[in-house]
Amino acid sequence: MKLVTAVIKPHKWEDVREALETFGVTGMTVSEVSGYGRQKGHTEVYRGAEYDVALVPKIRIEIVVEDVDVDDVVAIMVKTAQTGRIGDGKVWVSPVDTVVRVRTGDRDGAAI
Amino acid sequence: MDTGDTAWVLTSAALVLLMTPGLALFYGGLVRSKSVLNMMMMSFSSLALITVLWVLYGYSLAFGDDLGGGLLGNPTDFWGLQGLMDAESLVFTVPSLAFVGFQAVFAIITVALISGAIADRARFGPWLLFSGIWATVVYFPVAHWVFAFDAATGVDFVGGWIANDLAALDFAGGTAVHINAGAAGLALALVLGKRKGFAKDPMRPHNLPLVMLGAGLLWFGWFGFNAGSALGANGLAAAAWVNTLAATAAAALGWLLTERIRDGHATSLGAASGVVAGLVAITPACAAVNPMGALAIGLVAGILCALAVGLKYRFGYDDSLDVVGVHLVGGLWGTLSIGLFAVLNAPGAFDNEGLIAGGGFSLLGKQAVGAFAVLAFSFVMTLIIGFAIQKTIGFRLDEESEVEGIDGVEHAESAYDFTGGGGGSLSGHGHLPTATTATTTLASKGRTS
Repeated sequence: MKLVTAVIKPHKWEDVREALETFGVTGMTVSEVSGYGRQKGHTEVYRGAEYDVALVPKIRIEIVVEDVDVDDVVAIMVKTAQTGRIGDGKVWVSPVDTVVRVRTGDRDGAAI
Repeated sequence: MDTGDTAWVLTSAALVLLMTPGLALFYGGLVRSKSVLNMMMMSFSSLALITVLWVLYGYSLAFGDDLGGGLLGNPTDFWGLQGLMDAESLVFTVPSLAFVGFQAVFAIITVALISGAIADRARFGPWLLFSGIWATVVYFPVAHWVFAFDAATGVDFVGGWIANDLAALDFAGGTAVHINAGAAGLALALVLGKRKGFAKDPMRPHNLPLVMLGAGLLWFGWFGFNAGSALGANGLAAAAWVNTLAATAAAALGWLLTERIRDGHATSLGAASGVVAGLVAITPACAAVNPMGALAIGLVAGILCALAVGLKYRFGYDDSLDVVGVHLVGGLWGTLSIGLFAVLNAPGAFDNEGLIAGGGFSLLGKQAVGAFAVLAFSFVMTLIIGFAIQKTIGFRLDEESEVEGIDGVEHAESAYDFTGGGGGSLSGHGHLPTATTATTTLASKGRTS
């Protein structure tokens, strides 16, 4: 099993969710996060004073999937979240030892 | 006693009272989320403290018989508002107590206005102490100078020197309220010093919709402030009302235009700030000019204040929410503008004519004397009071607490619950008095049961 984590632009979140759902992903954890990469921040002006705002808002998606599905899920995320402009985000994959479904106690494959 | 006039003055007093909670929202939205409650509390505490002082001796210091030189009213004349409940006790055509209430809310908001200059860093107790002393030795006397007309609040009473001897025009408080609070804000910002990270770290307004709501409430209440200062339901009030509307609208446009040209964007904060700048500027002038004059005063106020709010970065004083840029500069402009735009047929010009209407420099000179006298008095007195508090009990919050956030340190509260989790199921680490404690701990730390 793998944990797929994606940090994407907020306006792409709905597209990514739809594409994953169509593919068959049944659930995910989503959070509103902020950070920066090469994109850096942006400038805001309040009463004439310019502020460089370092952090930009992003959406983080976390999904645990079976090993066989990892490449497809990553490909779908990258394809649907892509705008081609700086600040599109990142997707990364990490190994997962154990998953337990709280309601039933099912483990691993049965719990995904 | 005139019932129509009384109804309008009582209504106006309630409108002006609402301005202080409105100011709390306006200022509260402008600070960071860790200090919004303290910011709002500085306004709400003014509602509480200044009202009590007003009843005890404040009204009497402002509107008692002059003690000499038009400088101060006699505090024993109306101590505890004594003698003012008699049916015969009138100020012009309204019961004295209607006038007492109307003037009380002016004192409250003037003190609250100062707080914008010292956001995030003033300990609450010392702020209360400052508020009480400042109201007593600065506001009440200056209200006497500007608002106490001879024989208005008592037979044969002598009033204040600006209103009577100098006879400068200040219809609703450009000097007594705005220049006064603005100069005090500047002095107090200097006493307390800059916030940690001023002009380096972003200190963005945490909630601009609150600021817009506050600006709306201020504008609404300001009709009581200006038109209510007619102390009657009459043409004078109507003229003040329309001029207040006109100047404010022009100022909002002026501020937005300045921003669009200078910064590239017209901002919502600019609109809210322009509204307040226009209201400040037209306050002294609202009965002495015609609506075209009001438009000009407002437009200039919007542009001037939009430029003035940048001064603090140039000179390095942390007037956090621009009390100087908006209230001092706007108040000065509005007070002086009467000397330019006053017209004879305006109901509150009292036979004065400004420079542009052909009246020469005499009115402008009187306006300048009144404006700079209040500015200098307020600035110097505030420096003295502020330094005295700082050197004795301490005024400024310590650095660690300032970084942590003044709300938690001074009030043991936080404005917003950001924990999520279905509305707070993860929030807080406290417990109710009856809560049981956990019976197991981590295996790595050894089980206790």
